[in-house]
Amino acid sequence: MRIKKITFNLLIHLLLISVAITCLYPLLWMVSASFKTQDTIFKDIFLIPKQLHFENYVFAWQKGGFGINFLNSIFYTTSVVFGIVIIASLAAYAFSRLRFPGRSLLFLVFITAMMIPVPGSFVPLYVLLNKLHLRNTPLGYILCMINVGLSTSIFLFKTFFDKMPKELEDAARIDGCSKMGIWWHVMLPLSKPVLAVVVVFNALTVWNEYILAFIIFDSRKFMPLQVALQVFQGEFVTNYPLLMAGLTITALPVILVYFLMQKYIVKGVTSGAVFFILLSLNVFVIL
Amino acid sequence: MKFKSSLENYVFVLPAVLIFSIFYIYPFIQVLFLSFFDWDGIVSFKDATFLGWGNFKEIIFDDPIWWQAMRNAGYITLIALIFQNLLAFLLAWACDREIRMKNFYRLIFFIPPVFSEIVVGLAWRFIINDVEGANIINRMFAAMGHPNFMHSWLSDPKTALTTVAVVHCWKGFGWGFLIFLAGLQTIPRELYEAARVDGANAWESFKKITVPLMIPVTVLVAILTVLGSMQSFVLILGLVGGEFAGHTSVPVLRILSSMRGSSRFGYACAQGISFGMVLVIISFIQYRFSKKVTE
Repeated sequence: MRIKKITFNLLIHLLLISVAITCLYPLLWMVSASFKTQDTIFKDIFLIPKQLHFENYVFAWQKGGFGINFLNSIFYTTSVVFGIVIIASLAAYAFSRLRFPGRSLLFLVFITAMMIPVPGSFVPLYVLLNKLHLRNTPLGYILCMINVGLSTSIFLFKTFFDKMPKELEDAARIDGCSKMGIWWHVMLPLSKPVLAVVVVFNALTVWNEYILAFIIFDSRKFMPLQVALQVFQGEFVTNYPLLMAGLTITALPVILVYFLMQKYIVKGVTSGAVFFILLSLNVFVIL
Repeated sequence: MKFKSSLENYVFVLPAVLIFSIFYIYPFIQVLFLSFFDWDGIVSFKDATFLGWGNFKEIIFDDPIWWQAMRNAGYITLIALIFQNLLAFLLAWACDREIRMKNFYRLIFFIPPVFSEIVVGLAWRFIINDVEGANIINRMFAAMGHPNFMHSWLSDPKTALTTVAVVHCWKGFGWGFLIFLAGLQTIPRELYEAARVDGANAWESFKKITVPLMIPVTVLVAILTVLGSMQSFVLILGLVGGEFAGHTSVPVLRILSSMRGSSRFGYACAQGISFGMVLVIISFIQYRFSKKVTE
């Protein structure tokens, strides 16, 4: 009986470990290949390169123009996340605590929007941005991306605010705090757990976003990394190590954020609310 | 006073409503509107011709590439529904037990989903599509003494779509895994205890407790898989390249090429609507089906 149990557990571990290796291998290969040269990449087949060639990174960063695109990605990610946090928490506070005609209807509209898939709505978005002279501008992209994360973030904030005790607000109100003041001084500081989830998920979405950036930007100098990679890929199609260096540069911040904020990501996915995030991610990725 | 307070409250939702109306509601209406026109997106809209249902008729009766793309997406989705979710469930079930390194596995399995589809696509492209070089699968065949199985998986039309589907599953199973795991963890342990006291073996308690309680979660995962897999296309751009190749084309890529390639904005919108409706209908059927099963 005992032996049977041990063998069973061993088999389970074998399965889990082999899947884990499959998960890691392509990424390790990518990083390792980025340190090789065009000559050694197919001869030196081990994951740990014999010599470390950093020149791929230098080349990609400078001549490949990845430095600018990297900064663009950082800029878009921070501005969009900042915008979403402010706008979504303001709206969620109103939906959760304030009374005004049309409140539930408006909230319902936001929530339904999360669930209706609109494949190919990048077409009218392109037309719209052209009309507003916002195409090929960072502002146009940032506004579009704020919209992408908005309804899920409102939903997350609202469910959190709904569960918060009202006593703190009452105390603040007695002390003469305005509604704006309560939102800023009471609600936002107390919503750190949900804030972390909103920030991490939206940051990953913006960093990884491809299609809108592809549609919106013509100029290389405005492009975020994901689109620049595709251009870069076309230019240096046979230079694998260089391309892998570009991929690693693009992936590195994601790995860092993932390992640092892992707790919030798992919490985000597993807390029932983020079933909706998933749903909307799938829907809005296409937008 | 009450009116003023209401007005003040609107200020809180105003930025959200503004952005949402301009960048979601307006394009949504615009898609419906444009789908009835023949418009190249360049000339002023006044010169566009009204087609009535023309675009939709063309999609249904006169666009074999579109239907090919639909079949391709359906194939990818089917593979994802079966293999990706089966794997996700199996792994979640394994991690739900008292087992060492549970957190480590959970950490690793969610790595593929956090990377962008472009990064994943390009990285895999150079792992599986190079015959003499880094192709790990080919090298394994060679090492096992079957060099004739070596193959350029992504260039051959026969294997390209399946290869895409496999990479898609690799990227996606982490989502299902986390949701299944969360679902399994909500099942009270006392139920299993009680079943064991009553003399049920592991298989019986799995069948009688785990499976029925996991149906809602499974439906959720299935709907998400269908929506995600049917609409995935960036991964294909990374894996196969931007030339919208026929045998790996999917509907969203067709929409993109209607817009970018042939400058038919109205047609692209019509494609988007028909595809969106197909997705809504499939999700709805899945939902109704699950309700029936639970009852």
